[in-house]
Amino acid sequence: MSVSLEPALLSPALVDFPFREGYVRSIIYVSLYVSGIAVALSTLFSIPVAVVMGFTDFPGKQFVKSVINTGMGFPSVVVGLLVLFIVSNQGPLGSLELIFTKEAMIISQFVLATPPITAISLAAITGVSENVRDAARALGGTRLDVALVVIKEARYGIATAILAGFGRAISEVGSVLIVGGNITSASGISQTRTLTTAIQLEARQGQYDTAMVLGAVLLALVLTVNAVVVRFGDEGSVNQ
Amino acid sequence: MSEQRSTADDTGRSRFSGATSRRSFLKIGAVVGATGVAGCSQVTGSEQSQQAQAGVSGETLTLTTTTSTYDTGLLDAIHTDFEEMYGVTVDAVAQGTGAALESARNGDSDVVMVHARGLEDEFMRNGYGINRRDLMFNDFVIVGPESDPAGIQGMGSATDALTTIAEAEAAFDSRGDNSGTHTKELNLWEAAGTEPGGDWYQETGTGMGEALNIANQQGAYTLSDRGTFISQRSEIDLTILVQGPIEGGPEILSNPYGIMAVNPGVHDNANYDLAMAYIGWITSPGAQNAISEYTMNGEQLFFPEAISEDPDFQQYVPEGWSSNSSDE
Repeated sequence: MSVSLEPALLSPALVDFPFREGYVRSIIYVSLYVSGIAVALSTLFSIPVAVVMGFTDFPGKQFVKSVINTGMGFPSVVVGLLVLFIVSNQGPLGSLELIFTKEAMIISQFVLATPPITAISLAAITGVSENVRDAARALGGTRLDVALVVIKEARYGIATAILAGFGRAISEVGSVLIVGGNITSASGISQTRTLTTAIQLEARQGQYDTAMVLGAVLLALVLTVNAVVVRFGDEGSVNQ
Repeated sequence: MSEQRSTADDTGRSRFSGATSRRSFLKIGAVVGATGVAGCSQVTGSEQSQQAQAGVSGETLTLTTTTSTYDTGLLDAIHTDFEEMYGVTVDAVAQGTGAALESARNGDSDVVMVHARGLEDEFMRNGYGINRRDLMFNDFVIVGPESDPAGIQGMGSATDALTTIAEAEAAFDSRGDNSGTHTKELNLWEAAGTEPGGDWYQETGTGMGEALNIANQQGAYTLSDRGTFISQRSEIDLTILVQGPIEGGPEILSNPYGIMAVNPGVHDNANYDLAMAYIGWITSPGAQNAISEYTMNGEQLFFPEAISEDPDFQQYVPEGWSSNSSDE
């Protein structure tokens, strides 16, 4: 391993950081790419579901709710195994050759992120006061208008939901390791290696100090994303 | 020109539709090339060579392998050469021998590099693997705390050492993960005629590096491949107590690595062409030399084994296979 430092991310105290040029940057990129797309897709799926469930009553609604709540506790390795069976060559999507790709990782993280986003969004939407809905209706709003008003009112809760989903996705290691394979190119550029699987690899090799540094990078990343989302929400409220 | 563009599209799609269509693409490519030569004198030599290269160029080879070849950094060090030579990408997935073979069995990889001859033979006998070659070797060592509570230091027999550890009920950490090292360890216990069990025997369920760290923390004995131990020696207090054959220890601790292609007759999506190119390359004098030159902390980790003046037919078939035939 050549000793080439990552100046942007390297704390000056760590003299011997044995990663090659571009390695850390590429695993950060893969982490953000996979979790970002998975959470975006989850959000696009979850919020309509939460809105429909928040606005309508239908038989079996409680059952669907309990399924979603159970989904928040899906162990990520189990999800990884299920996705592995689906995308493996012998599985139903085998012909797409998704195994050991970012796309397979996005599928498993989508499955992991969707339940918390749906459940927390639903709680936020049902938490919006009836008065707000009545007012929107009284002003002659269509169902869509009312839904938009409620979503706007519930935006903090929804932002929390998205952050919870993102936190779940970017911090999980079990499923991305199984379906992604933790691959880098020979030149040390990540294909399917995320921060979490990189940490796992360092720990496997007994390099706990570099594992800790990568852990700090992951923590900083999550904090940054949270700060950006919270800031975004605050700016929204200024217009209020 | 439009015909050439359509062949380029086929190259892109070939990864998704398997080897059969790749082969038919080659036919199309050949036809296009031939038509070009016959009907149009503007086809230059370089265009033709680009078409010829398009057979594997840009494709990806999925290699499932063991943690010991990957974690020592060997593969990253030598793969660049292969990738540049063929214009391809090697996706190396480090899984441990059992899992690496299982991925290949499911058709999820093109070539496997592992170190458990018994499991490799089973893989070949079941028709999943073909064209096996001996690749390289190093050896296993029994490591433990310097205090050596069971007193196995310098024992010439690995099985005696294990029996002594079991009798002393000194702490022993097993990999417990169906890896090549774990398989070797179980074979050693069996050869020693001892069934390991009890509080002193723990399965860590981790890769070699982590297992060494756990043994280090617990002051326990463990079986390690020499490569991983060397690459981690500076971080831990464990020491080699029973040497492998490289340092004059018993032959039973030898650790040979083999390489096999996934049988395209079983999994028609396997990238067989590229797998064979890879096997050809890694058993070539150049790559074998690169393996022997790869060192860590000044020590050679792997010893190439593919190049030999004498024939070695056993490497191509399951061990003992010839005894069923008329050969001796």
